[in-house]
Amino acid sequence: MRARNFGELMITALIRTTGYSAIVFVTMIFIFLLREGAPALTEVKLANFMQLRWYPIEDYFGLLPLIGGSLLVTFGAALFAVPLGIASAVFIAEIAPRWAREILKPLVEVLGGLPSVMLGFIGILIIAPAIRTLLNIPTGLTAFTGALLLGGMAIPTIVSVAEDALDAVPKTYRDAALAMGATRWQTIWRVTLPAARSGVLTAVMLGVGRAIGETMTVMMVTGNAPVFPTGLSNLFKPVRTMTATIAAEMGEVANGSVHYHVLFYIGIVLFLISLIVNLAAASVVFRQRKRAERILS
Amino acid sequence: MEFRRQNSFEPYFARAYNQHVIKPFKLVAIVLLSITSMVLLISCQPQPGAEAAAGASATIENKGSDTIVNLALAWAEEYQTIEPDVRISVTGGGSGTGIAALINGTVDIANASRKIKSEEEQEAQANGIAPVEFVIARDAIAVIVNPDNPVNQLTLQQISDIYSGKINNWMEVGGEDRPIVRLSRETNSGTHVYFLENVLRLGQKDNHTLFSTDTLLLPSSEGITAEIRQNPNALGYDGLGYVTDDVKIVAVAPDANSPSVPPSVETVNNGEYPIARDLYMYTAGEPQGAVKVYMEWILSPAAQQIVKELGFVPLQKE
Repeated sequence: MRARNFGELMITALIRTTGYSAIVFVTMIFIFLLREGAPALTEVKLANFMQLRWYPIEDYFGLLPLIGGSLLVTFGAALFAVPLGIASAVFIAEIAPRWAREILKPLVEVLGGLPSVMLGFIGILIIAPAIRTLLNIPTGLTAFTGALLLGGMAIPTIVSVAEDALDAVPKTYRDAALAMGATRWQTIWRVTLPAARSGVLTAVMLGVGRAIGETMTVMMVTGNAPVFPTGLSNLFKPVRTMTATIAAEMGEVANGSVHYHVLFYIGIVLFLISLIVNLAAASVVFRQRKRAERILS
Repeated sequence: MEFRRQNSFEPYFARAYNQHVIKPFKLVAIVLLSITSMVLLISCQPQPGAEAAAGASATIENKGSDTIVNLALAWAEEYQTIEPDVRISVTGGGSGTGIAALINGTVDIANASRKIKSEEEQEAQANGIAPVEFVIARDAIAVIVNPDNPVNQLTLQQISDIYSGKINNWMEVGGEDRPIVRLSRETNSGTHVYFLENVLRLGQKDNHTLFSTDTLLLPSSEGITAEIRQNPNALGYDGLGYVTDDVKIVAVAPDANSPSVPPSVETVNNGEYPIARDLYMYTAGEPQGAVKVYMEWILSPAAQQIVKELGFVPLQKE
């Protein structure tokens, strides 16, 4: 009897540890980033961080071009991944016949498993030259090319999660809407989608999160020129993202040098940006749920 | 008892225990054992160079410049046929990466397409390692354009003005009315640093010209070749050994009054081609044992022949 309790205790402890480990890991990552990146704040003047040139081997540490580059590529990716992703999810969940759905969903998920370096190759060899000739711009290695590929990578995530959320909406909701004379489109747009809103928002966050954190593809196709984007026209010019900068330069830096600390500082900025985006999304979902609870009570 | 067990709502694991399928103690023991063995395996990895002195079945770790990596691989393969007992593992990553590994004591030989920096030298000394320099070959940096580009020659000054952003259209250097797309290797490449100091700044110490911010920094030689192959606007540079047949090499003139010179073994060795440099290997301290024999072989005529075959420039015997 005692031995059996011990066994159960072990299993419970194991499961509890894995559950809490997520919190522990995030905290540890943040502490590590802070420890390695914080010295940059004292070693580099704020004015140096705020300038528009990034050339670390000569101590130019302007972060704005990198932050701007990351935001531009992510924004571009979201711009077409979100509508396309949600539309595909709606099609698969609501409109497609059962047999099509059973083929489409696994196929989309396979698409999500494509290695990013492969997409990078396709980008360099096919998409970048095509974009250069189609749009008649000096080079095809642009933010737009990166956004296109990142969007392509985000779509499977968005479709898969959003479709699950739509699928979880009770059939009675749709029946009720249809019984009241709503068309199929009205049912989808006014009833099913709003009911699944929190799940769909999670899908969008996961997709955008994948886009902002992606490294290999953007490093290969965006040209990596640290130009500060001043408008949407920069979408068709080369940019350098934060992730590509860290990946390209981390191998070279001497451990503990100023450049090394600055690269970790960029990591902190990236971490904070994704934290803010996630918190904003969570608060929207949270508010949504409270209203729903009010209505139900 | 039998009845109770069949209808029990106990979790599966507890039931399995009752049936003596898996004993928790055994499970714990297995997990502990596998962790210990993993730790042991990791700590048992041979230290580089530790066996080198032993002679037979020595391992040489060789890492660094991406410019040199193909040459180092060819040497390692050839050496395998001469000394089958010596194993040489070659990896790239960039000159800085190789030297950093040498400082950390994880490689025997670091390849570098630039001289070791004084900070790196100091860092190595602090770690108790004295890097020893060997010039192993010479390399010309070729300036390359798309085959459809009518421009055949440029002066050093023109190349510098293009990369610093003063010249933005091919028309200004005798080409078509097209924007110039500047391509460069990443800042961690020895080729980038060499190009900055000797072409962009024309070798002048007090010159602080920088690359134009819209210079595309590509992470590999292949990235540069792929872009130039299909883009008639692009201008790039790369080690002569990496230039493929589907791009065009531009002849370079040291100044406006001199004739322009295409890069080749002859023009590099007689000093006419202006963008050429030495390639280096660094060892941790004076080489010993297998590393010493290998370094001597690299400087021999047989190994220098391979240099020539790969498009680099062999060392001249004086």
